[in-house]
Amino acid sequence: MLSNIDITQLIFGRLTLQSIPYYDPILVATFLVVAIAGAGLVAAITYYRWWGTLWNDWFTSVDHKKIGIMYIVLAIVMLLRGFADAILMRTQQALAFNGSEGFLPAHHYDQVFTAHGVIMIFFVAMPLITGIMNFVIPLQIGARDVAFPFLNNFSFWMTAGGAVIIMLSLFVGEFARTGWLAFPPLSSAEYSPGVGVDYYLWGLQIAGVGTLLSGVNLLVTIIKMRAPGMSLMRMPIFIWTALCTNVLIVASFPVLTAVLTLLTLDRYVGTHFFTNDMGGNSMMYFNLIWIWGHPEVYILILPAFGVFSEVTSTFCGKRLFGYTSMVYATVVITILSYLVWLHHFFTMGNGASVNSFFAITTMIISIPTGAKIFNWLFTMYEGRIRFELPMMWTVAFIVTFVIGGMTGVLLAVPPVDFVFHNSLFLVAHFHNVIIGGVLFGMFAAINYWFPKAFGFRLDAFWGKVSFWFWVVGFYVAFMPLYVLGLMGVTRRLREFDDPSLQIWFLVAAGGALLVAVGIGAMLMQFYVSIRDRKYLRDVTGDPWDGRTLEWATSSPPPHYNFAFTPIVRDIDAYTDMKRNNFRRPMEGYKPIHMPRNTGAGIVLAGLSTVCGFALVWYIWWLAAVSFLGLIGYAIWHTFNYDRDYYIPAGEVAASEQAFASKLAGRF
Amino acid sequence: MRASRLLVLLPLALLLTSCSPVVLYPAGDIAARQRDMLLIATGLMLLIIVPVIAATFFFAWRYRASNRKSPYAADWDHSTKLELLIWTAPLLIIVVLGAVTWVGTHLLDPYRPLDEITTSASVDTSQEPLVVEVVALNWKWLFLYPEYGVATVNELAAPVDRPIRFELTAESVMNAFYVPTLAGMIYAMPGMETKLHAVVNAAGVYDGFASHYNGAGFSNMRFKFHGLDDAGFEAWIEALKASETPLDRNAYLNLVKPSEADPVTYFSTIEDGLYQRIVGMCVPDGKLCMQDIATMNTGPGGQHHDIDLDALTYESHPIGDFDPDEAQGATAPASNRQPHSDAMRAGGKDTERDGGLAPAQLND
Repeated sequence: MLSNIDITQLIFGRLTLQSIPYYDPILVATFLVVAIAGAGLVAAITYYRWWGTLWNDWFTSVDHKKIGIMYIVLAIVMLLRGFADAILMRTQQALAFNGSEGFLPAHHYDQVFTAHGVIMIFFVAMPLITGIMNFVIPLQIGARDVAFPFLNNFSFWMTAGGAVIIMLSLFVGEFARTGWLAFPPLSSAEYSPGVGVDYYLWGLQIAGVGTLLSGVNLLVTIIKMRAPGMSLMRMPIFIWTALCTNVLIVASFPVLTAVLTLLTLDRYVGTHFFTNDMGGNSMMYFNLIWIWGHPEVYILILPAFGVFSEVTSTFCGKRLFGYTSMVYATVVITILSYLVWLHHFFTMGNGASVNSFFAITTMIISIPTGAKIFNWLFTMYEGRIRFELPMMWTVAFIVTFVIGGMTGVLLAVPPVDFVFHNSLFLVAHFHNVIIGGVLFGMFAAINYWFPKAFGFRLDAFWGKVSFWFWVVGFYVAFMPLYVLGLMGVTRRLREFDDPSLQIWFLVAAGGALLVAVGIGAMLMQFYVSIRDRKYLRDVTGDPWDGRTLEWATSSPPPHYNFAFTPIVRDIDAYTDMKRNNFRRPMEGYKPIHMPRNTGAGIVLAGLSTVCGFALVWYIWWLAAVSFLGLIGYAIWHTFNYDRDYYIPAGEVAASEQAFASKLAGRF
Repeated sequence: MRASRLLVLLPLALLLTSCSPVVLYPAGDIAARQRDMLLIATGLMLLIIVPVIAATFFFAWRYRASNRKSPYAADWDHSTKLELLIWTAPLLIIVVLGAVTWVGTHLLDPYRPLDEITTSASVDTSQEPLVVEVVALNWKWLFLYPEYGVATVNELAAPVDRPIRFELTAESVMNAFYVPTLAGMIYAMPGMETKLHAVVNAAGVYDGFASHYNGAGFSNMRFKFHGLDDAGFEAWIEALKASETPLDRNAYLNLVKPSEADPVTYFSTIEDGLYQRIVGMCVPDGKLCMQDIATMNTGPGGQHHDIDLDALTYESHPIGDFDPDEAQGATAPASNRQPHSDAMRAGGKDTERDGGLAPAQLND
């Protein structure tokens, strides 16, 4: 009986030496670069004895500011991977003409475009917005941390765990070849055997837990922890957009979890939710995934809208025009975002009335969005606009986003969508709004809040180089795709017959190279800024003449953010304080109650990642062990009562005095 | 003056001559109506987009910090009149566009038979439409002409000015059928049927392809659509009949095996009810058709049926021939499986095409 059991299979599941793609020179070269860079990084950290600092001050930190920064570092690392995929695709499409097959076989190319979409949405855009929200929300509402600091650390590591799973697929096995939403029947066990789709499922499930928990956390933080006086209608617009985004996360991510679970069951235990036979229906998957997928678009863009509102108001030196209509516009967008999902498949043979309904709800979203654009415009009107980097990104956003919005409304008209669905016109449209909206917004946010996070500004020269290459590169890369869409070219094609198309793909590839320079300049900007941090230092804590509470504290803020909880009397709370000659109280400090760092988040997420990897490869014993370990450790952690401590009043006084003397030294 | 006008027009002219934006210049009435909707919607949107972009640049320049002459109103944050304007201007445009959309969506509904509103005068809409049954396979298209009892793989033809009704389904993986010059795309899905009405108004050879990604052979899942005059179409049908290759259930089951860049193939006859069986996913013996499942319990008495589970399991053809003993995670070429593209290159798709069964004049 026992002789029938294959010991190797028992231990390693379906993981074999064959699973390592050592035959692919592109992957081997990538692996070598990653391995050498990784070894160099480890050596450097060891040499400078940074391990202790990294572990104690960062990895185990429950400080929302540090977690926010770690989210952004994760996003930038993943941006490099996602962009490498973009370069591969652009090169392949520019080359594969006149009988040439390009340099990527279908097996590789199909993984590349799937990975590009998954990584850019889940591991670049999402960590960017979560990171910015994490950093800014408590500071802007006058709180000392988020509502559940440990949960925050755990959420981050779950997101990072999902990213690790996705990255592993590059070197161990393969990634999904299904497109970024893994539509069945193509993604079913029958048509996608192998580990690709399983990597996709477990990577997203693990990261999804992090996103959902972080959504709950930030939602509670905004509802419960605002400074006294900050009524809902006195919240900065960024807090409003963050609130709506987190409502959307909490309401829509469970749908994603559910639909991926159903697909997982189809693949692992042979259920028939989305199969062709036994009563399954794959159209149900389209509905469910887009019921998550459309709100996801607004999860990404709303915080960017919030950033632009803060930036416009600050750099125009004016109150935001139409605060109330801005709030209502945000709320209306939040609600409507649930009523439009069907516009992602007008072409699936729905009746004309159904299509019309969803077309018109989609168009209605453009009304509050248009109102927002006008509000920013009238904030600029009769302002004193300082064109620092965040404001430059904002102007680039307004111009780019209205073009993307226009093509979006075109796609919302079903007869027009019939000709553009799945075309490069569509690809151009969503890059137009995601790059022009979300990414530009996050770049504005990084340039805006960087001095708050680190106490020195980002270098303006390299920032401008990055800005111009990004903006020009974006237009050069994506305007040709609109033209190709008009020529009836659809997405995800690997090779082409018609030689007249090639010139447009060559131009687009050139645009991608310009963007590459933009990314390089951004990294250079970070390097130069850190090198020249003494010259770029800001001791005031308020480098931009800010209007909201985060600028009222020092840069970087002390661990406890505010020695005294501020009292809010106006939307632009800090402007109000400055005008009324607010003076920092210099005595009467009390000990401050703070949460203690813990390694539990990283351990739990690590176990989840191991469990996910084991499930991908059918290593059942490891999956069982790591899952039991996960549950056991979580229970054990509940008995850890050493979770908080007090910062002594003397220490608070010392750090406040240090800030005060720095301020005094300046004048 | 003249030179500057030429400079403006030059890029436009280049655009129009160097490429063929088929979406803007289609040969079919339905695609032309869809193009009109595109132009109307673009025009309506530009009414608001152009002023916004212009105002952005103007405000950014006029109210720059270094321009001390411009007025500065630090606390001005509300104007009821302006608020009314910024909500009603987009609202009005959307009201107009919404009305146009409602009407257009119903008129251009793919299920709606053509009539004199949606077609030009040259089309006689009273005649029976040409029915073409479309099956998306991995990775090729099968077209059946029930009226003539013939079928083709990877080649489609229709007479000019005769309405066409496409009935679409797929064998296993979802797909979308798209001939840009004819009409917008519509999904072809296994076990389901969608419809598309269209007409071609000018003779010519046009591109058609799969527009929903469906695996490794996706890029090569293309075909030519021939708009022919009546005599030409009759000759084409005759050529199909002359091929003397029947399309019965066995031939179909052979055809559905995954393959790439298949040559054009003609079939002279079709087995009765084959298309209905394809839609019902019951081409192999012993399978229960979807249509029968749907009506099972509506018969007299609505009695309980004992169903064999095998009858509900569709014999599909996995993409790629996987060896059951092979490690499942193994990827080509470690598994000795040739990537499809390599197999194609080795086989030489061009020579395969030349050796195809179709007459040469239609393949060009």
